[in-house]
Amino acid sequence: MASRFIANTTAEQRQMLGVIGAGSIEDLLVKIPAKARLSRPLNLAPALAETDLVRHMRALAARNADADSHACFMGAGSYDHYVPSPISHMVLRGEFLTAYTPYQPEASQGTLRTIYEYQTMIAELTGMDVANASIYDGASSLAEAALMAHAVTERKEIVLSRGVNPLYRRVTATYCEGPGIRLRDAAVPDGVTDLDAAKKLVGPKTAALVVQSPNFYGCLEDVATAAEIAHAAGALLVVVADPVNLGVLEAPGKLGADIVVGEGQGLGVPMSFGGPNLGVFAAKKDLVRRMPGRLVGATVDKDGRRGFVLTLQTREQHIRRAKATSNICTNVALCALMATIYLATLGRRGLVRVGELSTAKAHYAAERLTKAPGVSLRFAQPFFKEFALKLPKSPERVVAKLAKQGILAGVPLKAFDRALADCLLVAVTEKRTKAEVDAFAEALAKAVA
Amino acid sequence: MANIPKELRYTREHEWAKQEGDRVRVGITDYAQEQLGDVVFVELPKVGAKVTAAKAFGVVESVKAVSDLFAPVSGEVVEANGELTKKPETVNQEPYGKGWMIVIKPSNKADWDQLLTAQQYEDFLKQAAH
Repeated sequence: MASRFIANTTAEQRQMLGVIGAGSIEDLLVKIPAKARLSRPLNLAPALAETDLVRHMRALAARNADADSHACFMGAGSYDHYVPSPISHMVLRGEFLTAYTPYQPEASQGTLRTIYEYQTMIAELTGMDVANASIYDGASSLAEAALMAHAVTERKEIVLSRGVNPLYRRVTATYCEGPGIRLRDAAVPDGVTDLDAAKKLVGPKTAALVVQSPNFYGCLEDVATAAEIAHAAGALLVVVADPVNLGVLEAPGKLGADIVVGEGQGLGVPMSFGGPNLGVFAAKKDLVRRMPGRLVGATVDKDGRRGFVLTLQTREQHIRRAKATSNICTNVALCALMATIYLATLGRRGLVRVGELSTAKAHYAAERLTKAPGVSLRFAQPFFKEFALKLPKSPERVVAKLAKQGILAGVPLKAFDRALADCLLVAVTEKRTKAEVDAFAEALAKAVA
Repeated sequence: MANIPKELRYTREHEWAKQEGDRVRVGITDYAQEQLGDVVFVELPKVGAKVTAAKAFGVVESVKAVSDLFAPVSGEVVEANGELTKKPETVNQEPYGKGWMIVIKPSNKADWDQLLTAQQYEDFLKQAAH
């Protein structure tokens, strides 16, 4: 059957069948038992003409409430930060968009150079010595950090704060199951990790202590003290951080982190309903040989000119095999490129502005929203661009009501913690206007009345 | 043909062993360093660690490969060559001299007799080449 998506013409198919001595394609399938064969055509709608198809897809898309049609106050790991136009302009270039595994130094100096610059900027932002070319997303980055801590310390326990994104914790549990690494929870009784209690859990069996700052509830954690606790026990400190915030917040590397991981989606990668995302991974120099993932290094060619190559490949499983820290042998190059362009476009000053605006607007929003009767801040802790609101009515109902008014009010927390069933997680980025926040406050007051 | 000093003993994994009183000094052979290419990193055990004959005690990394290092005899590590951290290329330059890796205090004298003589190692290499 001819199809414009199958390269062989009917004539070519006939010719090939002739060469192998078969009368038809059916003849090639005679060995499949009749009862395993479908004896009718597939129940598919007929093919649409391109114009009809486009009309159909547009109609489907129009049913979405997205950040273009609604004011987005949803966060919980995916944020509506602005994507500057140079990004869309550059990443649609074929050399970037459709290149598959472009890492041969002979053919891909441009690509390798952008990844080197990405690594450099991430290392600078996080205050670490070396960053890799990216992992899939924040969750898998954390999981890889857990495996790396185990490889480095040869210890079998990881203590994770319950302030770490619950989805990241589940992915980490999946990765740790095979190697038999035990995960232990450090409690977050009132918005931040109880470090005194965590100290009791961290001991000679602990490979790493993991904290997230700001944590899943938006609250800032005491990373420096967490570092002391981890190091006193000979364990590593892993910090989960949102790189967009690091123009304002102190680099985790300066606070004692041994490994920094996180979700880089806020760095110019569209939310896209959950992906593709950007796993940030950075570490101290003495740990580089146990780092997972691709690493691009700078070197010189035989004529002494500067060039870039994948380096330290003996870490990776295609050489080190069963002894490698991880089996990952890829990265999200296109998303890393978006982040590179984002950071280069905004520069030092621009990134600081994004952080300043996000936190200023979040604090303004918290003030306005808590004016509604019965609405209060759930945690009395310093926060950055996200906070949990305690509502007098079902957060799910409030979200549904406000969505009809063009507002994506936040993420209800019941699914993550039953004890917070009356809470809504609200995020505010530099994109939100005063008018949007005021409209949100008005609509919220009506919805909970 | 690679250099195979007559006074040393050898393993099939291309380590050499040198008797020094009641201690055994260990490294990798000229053949091994040639095969590996430029050595960029050597991971050695800490002083005091126990090693077991024919089991891995460390790792040697070149630009293109990673290889386990196998202990010729069982015992305790009494010295580890710290110079190799700074200058791993010493393994290529002087595999039998400054490129030594560890010194073991053997726990079982019988292990020594299991090692290949220089002639046996040479024959082994000739065979492996076929």
